[in-house]
Amino acid sequence: MRRASWFNVTSLTLGFAFLYLPMVLLVIYSFNSSKLVTVWAGFSTQWYGELIRNDAFLDAALVTLKVAVASSTLATILGTMAAYVLVRGGRFAGRTLFSGMIYAPLVMPEVITGLSLLLLFIGLGMDRGVLTIVLAHTTFSMCYVSVVVSSRLVSFDRSLEEAALDLGCSPFDAFRLVTLPIIAPAVISGWLLAFTLSLDDLVIASFTTGPSSTTLPIKIWSAVRLGVSPEINALSTIMIGIVTVGVISASLISKRNAVKAQQDMQAAERGAT
Amino acid sequence: MSQKIFAPWDDPDEKPLIRFENVTKKFGDFTAIDDLTLNIYEKEFFALLGPSGCGKTTMMRMLAGFENPTSGKMELSGKNIAGIPPNKRAVNMMFQSYALFPHLSVWENIAFGLKRGDMGKLDIAARVEEMLKLTRLSKFAGRKPHQISGGQRQRVALARSLAKAPKLLLLDEPLGALDKKLRQDTQFELMDIQEGTGTTFVIVTHDQEEAMTVASRVAVMDEGRIIQVATPDGIYEAPNSVYVADFIGDVNIIEGTAKPAGEGTYRLDWTENEAPFLATSEAPFSDGQNAHLAIRPEKIAITAEKPDDANNAVQGSVLDIAYLGNLSTYYVQLAGGRIIKAQTANTRRLSRRSITWEDKVWVSWSATAGVLLAQ
Repeated sequence: MRRASWFNVTSLTLGFAFLYLPMVLLVIYSFNSSKLVTVWAGFSTQWYGELIRNDAFLDAALVTLKVAVASSTLATILGTMAAYVLVRGGRFAGRTLFSGMIYAPLVMPEVITGLSLLLLFIGLGMDRGVLTIVLAHTTFSMCYVSVVVSSRLVSFDRSLEEAALDLGCSPFDAFRLVTLPIIAPAVISGWLLAFTLSLDDLVIASFTTGPSSTTLPIKIWSAVRLGVSPEINALSTIMIGIVTVGVISASLISKRNAVKAQQDMQAAERGAT
Repeated sequence: MSQKIFAPWDDPDEKPLIRFENVTKKFGDFTAIDDLTLNIYEKEFFALLGPSGCGKTTMMRMLAGFENPTSGKMELSGKNIAGIPPNKRAVNMMFQSYALFPHLSVWENIAFGLKRGDMGKLDIAARVEEMLKLTRLSKFAGRKPHQISGGQRQRVALARSLAKAPKLLLLDEPLGALDKKLRQDTQFELMDIQEGTGTTFVIVTHDQEEAMTVASRVAVMDEGRIIQVATPDGIYEAPNSVYVADFIGDVNIIEGTAKPAGEGTYRLDWTENEAPFLATSEAPFSDGQNAHLAIRPEKIAITAEKPDDANNAVQGSVLDIAYLGNLSTYYVQLAGGRIIKAQTANTRRLSRRSITWEDKVWVSWSATAGVLLAQ
């Protein structure tokens, strides 16, 4: 094995420290027994206990989860439909305009998206609450879903759909029975992306939220303004844990599938006589 | 000879299964199919042959229902099918890429079309088993498409498209992805299955050997038009144009002017220095009309001495020899620089070959060996 040079080791350490040191500190201090965030006073899990007993945080977590599930599901349905039409619809008047417009919200500043949605909801006379946050999150996250799904659809062999039609499927059945199962991984990762975006959105949620519906990021933000508490650290550690487990298991599953597919393919070619 | 020769196209009472009548298909400004009229009969194995971009794939896609003709009439068993979507047609297609559903097993792939109808579960299972047996895939029923070899995938695609017992099966370059040896075996398998099931097959291919092997009739296409429709031997031995003669197999084309010399016989003046060639033709040529003599290399004899009885004989020297194992093609350069290809079967071992490079030789052929073509 080649010996790592000093330069490589240093840059690697610096890079990872830059990325992960803040999080590591946060995780360490979540186990601090002192109420003061910056003073280490021994190991303790008391803040996790406090967290479970804190109804305000639990309510906020529940609202966040509801919003995330609802908005990411809606966004996945709408985003997949949009991607399908843009990739498959052929040439229709204004197609370029449409495909440009679907990506525009990706680069739009969140403050502007939030403000315009707020104005819309006020204009429509809607009470702000869970529903308005769901709608707002759907609006911006469906762009991400449609980007992910359309990149999969571009490489999708169209003759598969034609074969389904040829064998007697209606166009809707062809989509349901052939296209959707095949692009499912892209749809699922689109859903996960939308879910994560909704989970950690602060700006748009705070524009469109009402008094009865506080999401977790809003709750954390307002709590931190009164001072960082060890409870927040504990909460954040749990969130980091969930995300880490999710990401690692997703990549493990996809890697295992890829390896298995490759082995099957090689076995088939060897067995071909 | 008690066996009836299969030739429904010669029977005026026979009703065609498919009728194209003045069909034109345009994509924007581009004309893919140009005023095409064609009949295909039941139980035929019909090949559409042509270079890429000649419109053969468009024809097939119109038959399947993926494209609609811009104008003209398209009939399947006497019914106009223009505008009927693919899922409502008794036509199935085997795709070039096979288009097997990767998320379904071989069994489920074959059952896919059957499940779309109102067939009972037991009937579907029985039909799938029958198709698996027909294509020798019973062992692989539970595998996914990526777990089987290319040749097996091809058979799954065939079984899937045959499962619904369509009136017409379309095959889009069905053997293009297989290697040569496997392709030849599969060609005979295809013919057996076609005969066994009695289904009408329309195959699209750019491989002329494949078309000649499998088809009852071949249509040679170019630029959206059909140049000639005939049986494989008709296409090969009696091409109706220089294009067809040149497209199918190897050929020598000698251009000149025709001069009538007795009934059905013509002299072709092709150069000032040599005697004219003698050729028979059923099509009439007027005196001085421009004509092309198309003659296959294997119909030209190559000898060291001048043959006594040949109608046409001309001297030249061997420029090159292409040795193909079973055959050798001699490129003989005539005095004027023209090259004539002559082919002989290598019935003897190579060491005893009498003609070699730069030898002075005579190439000769009879008056009936070639075809005289106007264009």
